[in-house]
Amino acid sequence: MKSLKIIVLAKQVPDTRNVGKDAMKADGTVNRAALEAIFNPEDLNALEQALSIKDMVPGSEVSLLTMGPGRAAEIIREGFYRGADDGVLLTDRKFAGSDTLATSYAIATAIGKMEYDIVVAGRQAIDGDTAQVGPQVAEKLNIPQVTYVENIEKIDAKSMTIRRRLDNGFEIVKTPFPVLLTVHSSAPDCRPRIAKNVMKYKHARTLTELQDASEDYTRMFQDRPYLKIREMGVDDIGADNEALGLSGSPTKVKKIENVVFKAKEAKVISADDKEIEDLIVELIENHTIG
Amino acid sequence: MYCETNGNSVAEVSLELVTKARSLANQLKVQVEGILIGNDLKGLEKQLYAHGAQVVHKAEDKRLEFYQTLPHTSIVCRIMEAEQPQIGIFGATTVGRDLAPRVASKLKSGLTADCTSLEIGEHYEKKTDTKYENLLYQIRPAFGGNIVATIINPDTRPQLATVREGVMKREELDTPLKGKTKNWNVEEIAGKDDFVVEIIDRQVEEKKVNIKGAQIIVAGGYGVGSRENFEHLFKLADVLGAEVGGTRAAVDAGYIDHDRQIGQTGVTVRPKLYIACGISGQIQHRAGMMESSMIISINTDPNAPINSIADYVITGDFSEVVPKLIKYYKKNSK
Ligand SMILES: Cc1cc2nc3c(=O)[nH]c(=O)nc-3n(C[C@H](O)[C@H](O)[C@H](O)COP(=O)(O)OP(=O)(O)OC[C@H]3O[C@@H](n4cnc5c(N)ncnc54)[C@H](O)[C@@H]3O)c2cc1C
Ligand SMILES: Nc1ncnc2c1ncn2[C@@H]1O[C@H](COP(=O)(O)O)[C@@H](O)[C@H]1O
Repeated sequence: MKSLKIIVLAKQVPDTRNVGKDAMKADGTVNRAALEAIFNPEDLNALEQALSIKDMVPGSEVSLLTMGPGRAAEIIREGFYRGADDGVLLTDRKFAGSDTLATSYAIATAIGKMEYDIVVAGRQAIDGDTAQVGPQVAEKLNIPQVTYVENIEKIDAKSMTIRRRLDNGFEIVKTPFPVLLTVHSSAPDCRPRIAKNVMKYKHARTLTELQDASEDYTRMFQDRPYLKIREMGVDDIGADNEALGLSGSPTKVKKIENVVFKAKEAKVISADDKEIEDLIVELIENHTIG
Repeated sequence: MYCETNGNSVAEVSLELVTKARSLANQLKVQVEGILIGNDLKGLEKQLYAHGAQVVHKAEDKRLEFYQTLPHTSIVCRIMEAEQPQIGIFGATTVGRDLAPRVASKLKSGLTADCTSLEIGEHYEKKTDTKYENLLYQIRPAFGGNIVATIINPDTRPQLATVREGVMKREELDTPLKGKTKNWNVEEIAGKDDFVVEIIDRQVEEKKVNIKGAQIIVAGGYGVGSRENFEHLFKLADVLGAEVGGTRAAVDAGYIDHDRQIGQTGVTVRPKLYIACGISGQIQHRAGMMESSMIISINTDPNAPINSIADYVITGDFSEVVPKLIKYYKKNSK
């Protein structure tokens, strides 16, 4: 069977699961610098699905696409370590301030410049928890979507059979190509790094990262072209400036509040029998219980 | 309002949202209209009228027995393009969160996911010196629950939002509205291309526990210490006619099943009474229970954060306190 081209959408996110005391600035905004930048967890599940499709259909190619600042190249190296064949960093100052509509426009436009049969995204990114970018990219590419993917059951030349998670059960669907999948955290975890790949790719860099590199490094790059991570900007993908960044984002953040709970005046009771019985009687009398 | 159905009735979350939409519409002096899509929708519009919808748009087709992304997107977009609503609301369910982003992308409008509150308000934009009135404030937790953000959508319509289940209160009107139904021809809207993804099988597990609907919840945390110790809580729940819930730490430790998890990544509850046993009250847990009408906290630590939102704090070991609650309830009830 013909090999497949698979694009994985992966995002670098601040690790919101380990928010310490210094994570919030005094003005109530998030201090991103204090949070470790990680591979969005469900995007690792997405990468695993892509790699398992490659196992099922030998000869297939997995490319990672990430949109973000220069340091998001880290995500692409991580993808190489785990078995991805190629990676693209979509980066441009004009992308800054994009909401999900502008982000999905940029990503879809970039994908339009690439070859693909399957696009695999994570269900949601833990910085925003929106779960919107996947379906919006699918809509912009005008291809079907299958969300909350848990497992790919079968794959043939024309279609894929997929199990997807529902609130209270699951569904088996069959979809033609091209298609976009979003992968749920209940799908298998990503395989670990492959030592051989870590050796091979640990020096992979984008051109921007190379600017400050020594001459030896530059020479190494000429000998090993696979170490060059491709970068694309607004002009490379031919995107419309108006549809990007703040101007392409209909949603605006009006206000951000640090979560502070107002303290109530609680009635404090001891574990003493008499006090507990009084409480129960009070709750029965005011019809809270009984 | 996009209204979900499950078999023979409108989904609970959609009725909660119609109730909320009614109060927003009152403030804006506009109508609440619902969209119902399915195979056989006989009579379901009545449930929407009873909760305050004035118009119900119906799209029926035998191919629409179960939810599918593409035809639902086409139908919802067609109706919204024709009716030009100011606001479009979906439940933040597996269906709503699959559909709403696709609709927003097609209509090129902004969408806020997973709101926990909606309000009407104004906005002043300094840069353009423009004053906006009657905007929808879309309020949601962000950054793993550490902040609460208010999002607005000043320039594009409709203002779209998905809203979490269980955070709005469902309320029927005293007398149902005498609403109007508008039928849409699905053949005309959804073509063959919309049915390329085929549903081959579907297994729905009936939800065994219903903590969302419970009036009283006895919840346990990591401090309960073991699955055996949770039996104390089940006994108390039994005599009070309550359900048992738990924190993520208790679920992760295997003390209690996942479908009972309350909080940001579990269910949101708003019972009449919430009894928290051995729960510290981290922000992600409080996010799912802080709307409870009354909270009793039983904790050995007098300074546990949950105590700051509790109405009653019992400082002590739950394994001692819970049996006493049972004993004195039995003695004093009836
Ligand atoms: C992204 C994200 C999402 C999350 N989502 C959720 C969620 O949906 N729901 C959720 O609950 N958590 C969630 N969490 C986890 C949350 O941060 C806390 O870790 C968790 O709620 C703590 O649970 P706990 O109160 O049971 O445990 P602990 O914090 O360990 O508290 C145990 C408490 O028990 C008390 N105690 C000990 N022994 C006794 C005794 N014998 N009698 C009485 N009291 C006793 C202790 O004083 C302590 O206060 C999430 C975290 C993240 C990062
Ligand atoms: N900047 C980005 N670069 C690459 N993929 C992204 C980006 N933002 C979102 N995605 C993809 O879209 C999914 C959903 O993201 P979100 O809508 O932000 O919750 C993620 O799991 C990623 O797969």
